[in-house]
Amino acid sequence: MNNELAQERPMEQSTPRNKTIREAINEALYQEMERDSTVIVLGEEVSGGAGCDGVDDAYGGVFGVTKGLMPRFGRERVIDTPISESAIIGAAAGAANSGLRPVAELMFFDFIGVCFDQIFNQAAKFRYMFGGKAKTPMVIRATVGAGMRAGGQHSNMLHPVVVHMPGLKVVMPSNAYDAKGLMITAIRDDDPVIFLEHKLLYETSCHVPEESYAIPFGEAAFTREGSDATVVAISAMVPKANAVADKLRKEGIYIDVIDPRTVSPIDSESILESVELSGRLVIVDEAHERCSLAADISSIVAEQAFSSLRAPVRKVTAPHTPVPFAPSLEDAYIPSEARIEQAIRDTLGA
Amino acid sequence: MSYSADFLARAYTTMKTIRLFEERAIVEFEKGNIPGFVHTSDGQEAVAVGICMHLSDSDVIGSTHRGHGHSLAKGCDVLGMMQEIMGKATGLCKGKGGSMHIADFSKGMLGANAIVGGGPPLCNGAALSAKTLKTGNVAVSFSGDGSSNQGTVMEALNLAVVLQLPHLFIFENNGYGEGTGADYAVGSHDIAGRAAGFGLPAEKIDGTDFFAVHEASGAALKRIRDGAGPAVIEADTVRFDGHFIGDPQLYRGEGEIDRLRRDKDCLIRFRERVLAESWIDKDVLDGIDADVEALIERAVQEGLAAPEPDVSELTTDVYCSY
Repeated sequence: MNNELAQERPMEQSTPRNKTIREAINEALYQEMERDSTVIVLGEEVSGGAGCDGVDDAYGGVFGVTKGLMPRFGRERVIDTPISESAIIGAAAGAANSGLRPVAELMFFDFIGVCFDQIFNQAAKFRYMFGGKAKTPMVIRATVGAGMRAGGQHSNMLHPVVVHMPGLKVVMPSNAYDAKGLMITAIRDDDPVIFLEHKLLYETSCHVPEESYAIPFGEAAFTREGSDATVVAISAMVPKANAVADKLRKEGIYIDVIDPRTVSPIDSESILESVELSGRLVIVDEAHERCSLAADISSIVAEQAFSSLRAPVRKVTAPHTPVPFAPSLEDAYIPSEARIEQAIRDTLGA
Repeated sequence: MSYSADFLARAYTTMKTIRLFEERAIVEFEKGNIPGFVHTSDGQEAVAVGICMHLSDSDVIGSTHRGHGHSLAKGCDVLGMMQEIMGKATGLCKGKGGSMHIADFSKGMLGANAIVGGGPPLCNGAALSAKTLKTGNVAVSFSGDGSSNQGTVMEALNLAVVLQLPHLFIFENNGYGEGTGADYAVGSHDIAGRAAGFGLPAEKIDGTDFFAVHEASGAALKRIRDGAGPAVIEADTVRFDGHFIGDPQLYRGEGEIDRLRRDKDCLIRFRERVLAESWIDKDVLDGIDADVEALIERAVQEGLAAPEPDVSELTTDVYCSY
């Protein structure tokens, strides 16, 4: 794992090519659209300006991730749609069944409520229901996460909902390097892939090679290493867990921070191997705790590495509430570095 | 307009196949040979066949929970379908789909769909593929009157118009959404008229008249293939049986089904017309009747004899790779 990591994450290069997650995903889309003419992008304002008198490509997606694709590839392949999520996801699924590789944008993953049937009853089940004969190579890109003071309907982390569904793959990058490589894999994958982008991570950057590269699904990254405790962190929780690990390192406490990168499939082997050494597990996820990914990882470890555990598993999650609006409340809602640190210290018995 | 005897024989064969498939499905269901929820389409054969005779294997259709007729009309194998609805390993979908989830992509049958209103958004996608890849193919979605009230269908209608997709939306109005009258549940009492409000040509036709269906859909599909964008056809038709096999149909009027079977049977109407016009010999039709009867009998016997899926199949076919 570590050798592979060194190859995959050339952070130490002499001339780093810093790119944000926004730029990295844009570059992945651009390169795949160049490579494969069956790749299309569709969604609300993925270009923007259709039917308007002002400039074209006015938005490039509300977060600018698809900016520049329409001028290069045209409106035939970068399709602004009406605000009709069921129609968008349905069109993507049907197109995926018939020769295209659509990348559909669901602006905020909270909107899954409007089009859930097309995701879990349709796209996710075709292959199984049709006896293995269907392929549905589609990607649903969506933004997740709190922190933008967007309130209850634009801020959720709903990945546990789709992780629950057989037939779907779920990708949650935490840095720009992974985002590019995972998006390229997602587009080339023959199954429906949900690709979840945390809004607060868009501006974070790291070295991203210009050439195309694919990161396999189901392989976690160890973003920090140490055998005193294991922290599994998801999406925007990864940089927070890293910061806590760096702080504890100064006290001589060494933490494995594991970023699963894809949560379906999930690399449970890496998590189990780490816990077998450390005996201590903290799971950090911005989703709610009940019936969650955190609970799922906890149960995997409880069932398969129980005898290695030297302390109860700790989960650091959002509370069982909708996402609040008021900044003071939202800040309290999102798992903080202080809570992560406390959870680690709890497992260490300190 | 005149029709060749060969064309008429093919049309009649397929309609008769659907009729006997459905009638036999009821018998076999009641014997316990077909598990689950089964919705038959007998009475509606002219719609499926009249339209699908315009389509090649590379044109696609999407269907509904009442999808046996569409599947057979699109060329799905009769034996494979019977085995599928019996839940057998040799079924079209390895017994993993069942009556409500039959698909055969090699025949352009994108799938029956057990979610009312689930299909039209997907057929937009197939139409988008045809348009983007410039294949010249079309997509046809079959929906019912019930589906016409679903928001997903209205979204799909609008998107098809916005993107000018080669998609023919068929609304088969058989008078009932499950056990509720279409006259009650379609607030405007006019599916085609309401659809026209989305900005596409929409017409209402007699769906029990094979020739009316074939001619109207032929004209619509020609316009669509020529690049005119989507269209809607509301086909007035009849459901001879219940919403599902076993439905006691207490909501039906007294004598209603007998009247429909007497006056609105698309197979009787077809026979009367082609014989009156002397387009085909009665002997040919009678021969088809006998052939189809034998085919359905064979389908049932082979279906009963076919093996059940091995339990090892339970966890396969979820992903292409995982």
